[in-house]
Amino acid sequence: MTFGSANGPLLILGEVRGGVISGVTWELTGKARQLADEVDREVVLLLMSNGFKNDPAGDGYRGADRVIDVRHPSLDLFNQEVQAKVLLEVLRNEQPSMVLAPATSSGRTVMPIAAAGAKTGLTADCTWLEIEAETGLLLQTRPAIGGNVMATIRTPDHLPQMATVRPRTFAPPEPDPDRKADVEKPLLPDECFESRVEALGFTPHEEDAVNIQDMDVVVAGGKGLQKAESFSMLRELAALLKGGVGASRVAVDNRWIGYPHQVGLSGKVVAPRVYIAAGISGSVQHMAGMQTSEYVVAINKDPEAPIFKTADLALCGDLFDIVPRIIAAVRRAKEEVR
Amino acid sequence: MRIAVLVKQVPDSDDVQMDETTGTMVREGVGAIINPLDLNALEAALDLKRNRGALVSVFSMGPPRTEEALREALSLGADEAHLVSDKAFAGGDTWATALTLAAALRKTGPWDMILAGEKATDGETGQVGPETAALLDVPCSTYVSEMEMGDDSVMVTRSVEDGLERQRLPLPCLLTVLRSLNEPSMPTLSGKKRGRRAKLPVMNADSLDISPEGAGLKGSATRVVKVFYPSLTRDGARYSGKDLDEGVNRLVEELQSRALIQRGERS
Repeated sequence: MTFGSANGPLLILGEVRGGVISGVTWELTGKARQLADEVDREVVLLLMSNGFKNDPAGDGYRGADRVIDVRHPSLDLFNQEVQAKVLLEVLRNEQPSMVLAPATSSGRTVMPIAAAGAKTGLTADCTWLEIEAETGLLLQTRPAIGGNVMATIRTPDHLPQMATVRPRTFAPPEPDPDRKADVEKPLLPDECFESRVEALGFTPHEEDAVNIQDMDVVVAGGKGLQKAESFSMLRELAALLKGGVGASRVAVDNRWIGYPHQVGLSGKVVAPRVYIAAGISGSVQHMAGMQTSEYVVAINKDPEAPIFKTADLALCGDLFDIVPRIIAAVRRAKEEVR
Repeated sequence: MRIAVLVKQVPDSDDVQMDETTGTMVREGVGAIINPLDLNALEAALDLKRNRGALVSVFSMGPPRTEEALREALSLGADEAHLVSDKAFAGGDTWATALTLAAALRKTGPWDMILAGEKATDGETGQVGPETAALLDVPCSTYVSEMEMGDDSVMVTRSVEDGLERQRLPLPCLLTVLRSLNEPSMPTLSGKKRGRRAKLPVMNADSLDISPEGAGLKGSATRVVKVFYPSLTRDGARYSGKDLDEGVNRLVEELQSRALIQRGERS
């Protein structure tokens, strides 16, 4: 039994949570479209759900040629075993050359189960993908060892070539309602939907635990803050800018702020429009989590702090002096009458 | 109950070099520790041992020096430890590693539960656990931040991006855990003594009946073709001392140009 073929389509495992397609799905269809055009293949999007809150056809599926829309009550809550079985069944039917999924808690769980089932390789957490001109193989690039080095990986003799891709790596294409994709609703064997894992419930995080990955502005603090209380200053600035608060590993390890705020390779990867780092020296581990931000501001009293090298704006001085000045300046700008 | 814990020995810092020809890590000459999340997995097993009685057996695949990690696990309270080591196992990707670990677990099983850290600090793939579960055909759950043992099943909480998922898995199963699961204990003096003296059986390709082509670098489905050092440089404008106000104004302008400060807005 085979699960892939060298000339097969590119398959995207989309992510659907609570009946809503996650944005990262479109980051993958967009990139897959570009790769597929280079080698003249189809892009097939697999969506597993128990129905959608909004009709997903409205935006043209952003790059996908075909959509495999699998709906079943067992897919209402996340169930890794059902998803892996459905994915394997779809691999058997579609024989893709490449399979991409988001490197989220769900993709990073379903993909290894399915890859082992298909007896093929899997590359985790890619931050760059391209097609190797001579071979047509997928070149999968990922950070290794705390982001110190990048490794480019190939799956030469196994099919399909499988990879998970870190969210916020590729820009999603704009929705295009005029674009049409063929939507198929295949009848899969009942066995696919039987699971030893019982999904019992889901409790979403409360509003104030908003995901900093969704923010346009992230104000982050590190060792230089010296204590938990100093974060209130960053919260104030973040609130003024309708942003979120981030933190370095040191700040989280010291329990000044909770783990959901941690930015870096062992925390969240963020790519806001503006990232403000206060009292963060800039370990490679931290920078791997924010280096793709659009505009980086670093505040540090150490002129040699490595973070200054990756900053677009370096404010060298005491953060307890500089941050209040920024807060005051932002307030003034907000109160100015047009 | 019989619990297997998978641990990995990892470099104790991020300062590791890569072998540019094989694309694998150079582990010689670097201090090594037990992967921190694997200590949470071990603690969960020891907790079950304390509360309901269990045999806790630790497995680690790696070069001979991995023995240190296994002795540390024994000093923390594990009952036995297996070193899975052979030159043929070196340089494996997650698929080859899972194949080897699954063979070791099959040979020593059956296990009621297999525990591991969600990912290791060096490779950071988080794939070996779920791949091993798939090869053993046991259900698995990942990102486990809470667990509650029942008679023949375990309830887990998965801590994911947007909230908490609750799942029930029958035994046997494999779980990969997060550090919020528990607080790993420290080794005791008597534990350390026990760890030093314990016998460490070694499983190699022969004893696991694995052909050298089916393990390590040769048995891997993926190949590292290139390693390189990322460039992070932006080197933007720098302000200090009396120029700081100018720098602050510059920041406000950058925010305004992105419409991130709306003028005339009350705050």
